Amino acid sequence: MYHYSDFDEAFVRTRVDQFRDQVARRIDGSLTEDEFKPLRLMNGLYLQLHAYMLRVAIPYGTLNSRQMRQLALIAARWDKGYGHFTTRQNIQFNWPKLADVPDILDALADVDMHAIQTSGNTIRNVTADHFAGAAADEIADPRPFAELLRQWSTDHPEFQFLPRKFKIAITGAAADRAVIAAHDIGLQVIERDGALGFRVLVGGGLGRTPMIGKVVHDFLPQSDLLPYIEAIVSVWNLLGRRDNKYKARIKITVHEHGIDEIARLAEQRFSEIRPGFSGVDQQVLRDIEAQFAAPDFETKPMDCFHAAYDADPVFRSWVDINVSAHKRDDHAIVSISLKKPGATPGDATAAQMDVMAALAEGFGHDELRISHEQNVILPHVARADLPAIHAALKDADLASANIGLISDIIACPGMDYCALATARSIPVAQEIATRFEELKLEHEVGPLKIKISGCINACGHHHVGHIGILGLDRAGVENYQITLGGDGTEDAVIGTRAGPGFAYDEIVPAIERLIQAYLGLREDASETFLQTYRRTGIAPFKAALYPEKENARAA
Amino acid sequence: MSREYTPKVITANHLMLGDAIWLTEDDTWSRDIARAELLTDEAHADMRMLFAKGQPQIAVGPYLAEAEQGALGPVPVHLREVFRTRGPSNRDHGKQVDGAI
Ligand code: SF4
Repeated sequence: MYHYSDFDEAFVRTRVDQFRDQVARRIDGSLTEDEFKPLRLMNGLYLQLHAYMLRVAIPYGTLNSRQMRQLALIAARWDKGYGHFTTRQNIQFNWPKLADVPDILDALADVDMHAIQTSGNTIRNVTADHFAGAAADEIADPRPFAELLRQWSTDHPEFQFLPRKFKIAITGAAADRAVIAAHDIGLQVIERDGALGFRVLVGGGLGRTPMIGKVVHDFLPQSDLLPYIEAIVSVWNLLGRRDNKYKARIKITVHEHGIDEIARLAEQRFSEIRPGFSGVDQQVLRDIEAQFAAPDFETKPMDCFHAAYDADPVFRSWVDINVSAHKRDDHAIVSISLKKPGATPGDATAAQMDVMAALAEGFGHDELRISHEQNVILPHVARADLPAIHAALKDADLASANIGLISDIIACPGMDYCALATARSIPVAQEIATRFEELKLEHEVGPLKIKISGCINACGHHHVGHIGILGLDRAGVENYQITLGGDGTEDAVIGTRAGPGFAYDEIVPAIERLIQAYLGLREDASETFLQTYRRTGIAPFKAALYPEKENARAA
Repeated sequence: MSREYTPKVITANHLMLGDAIWLTEDDTWSRDIARAELLTDEAHADMRMLFAKGQPQIAVGPYLAEAEQGALGPVPVHLREVFRTRGPSNRDHGKQVDGAI
């Protein structure tokens, strides 16, 4: 895992000192809010509906136990005892007081963390596959590249006033767990003739105008990564629409100019700046890579794992659902669900964070990951230790066996916290999860991704949910639009709007009708919701959603 | 003749705590919307906004929000404003437990 160099440390500390001074000057009146706002946003501090909110970056979703414990400490000491993990692999604290924020940032710096560039029109936290370095299907660990990008983009002088925010995601596997096609730049590590390189997508994004990224380079040699990304951002920095913030993202630039023209301009800019990259970046990369070396895995006897698996159905179900294949057969990747039915998706209490930190330390080579699906991952555990891990998770109320199932819902903060929201999303997620828990249908339904956003900005990724829910405000009343058939994987698809929206108290019954329709339509239990949808098309699902219309037509 | 003015209150976030506050008739800020001044005249509302904007050490981002006269004082109209008077619905935090002091 990466540890701050003296340079990183000094940079982050200086930033904290500057911000401490800026906060003091805001409080004593020497800075106006107009002057202060861009400064606080540069340090991840938002003002939301009920309080300030501090968004802390978890670069490429990777944490060690010390960092997780520090997040717990911050939650307990300066917040209300919990934190909210987001779809951007960040953690948000919902209740910090202005005067405490410099101390919180210092506490983060103590463990190599910061909130820099988690807001504003800059290059944001680079996100990555949460199974990176552990997945059985991986070509290379993408995190060293992500860390290189973090270092390059942090305070990059050319990119502090971009037309809009800019998000990069990277995966090292063919199975895309990082939704790279929905990012401004998506990178997939690939191998060609024994050499590593990248497939580069550009112009993806959700929000008001959802787009799937297009391939701008099908094999970018590894050593060209920084100059090529810099070329793309630089081309967009000039072309991007600063006149209209809804048209400022690179997806619109790509759409307006065409991918071929963007590729041509990027090549041109690349050839200008490439000579400036003397190879220092590749040396830095090698140093970073050394810090991401795989842990020393231990072989342990598996008897107690097999015994527990055979004897305990609760453990067995958790293993079958929450545990994924590791690159070593005797190891596993554990997904800890932060989606207990009825709980707030992505929230963890300070005590739960401490438990997860202890598990990482005791059983997981000190590594934790935050997934964009708002769960926590132990990427490297011996299968032999799974019974002990499961027991500890049960005690901490973290043992829900529902990863990838109907109650594993992504939900953005929505109207309960977010100043931009048009409707609530958290209670909708809570009610759907609780309802299917009551119906005992979750396992019958199988793999299903429901994703909920509280406004058009789509932080809840609703466009790529198999079922997407978008909360809107229709004449002062919450109204929920459903999209169907979205997919955030390597076969990324934007979902199709099903029809008119539903009122708050109609949305859970509407989802229930969709699920009942699916259960009736599927060929057998192995056909997933998405597969059925793709086979039948939207019509039968629409009929289930809007039975009155069907009846009217039949009459 | 001017159009009929939809009644409003002036609200903002508190500089130090970040929570919702409302401007009262006696030039103070309250955490209880019921104590807010209900503005029924556009020219007067503009004047009060000028006052609110001159209080940067207390009030961040003041704006006019629609409100109605309720039994105890002004009540919010828009859903978003309703949330600001009480706090999130998923946890007992914010004004619903801290009180609207
Ligand atoms: S989707 Fe909208 S409501 Fe939800 S977190 Fe993003 S901006 Fe806020």
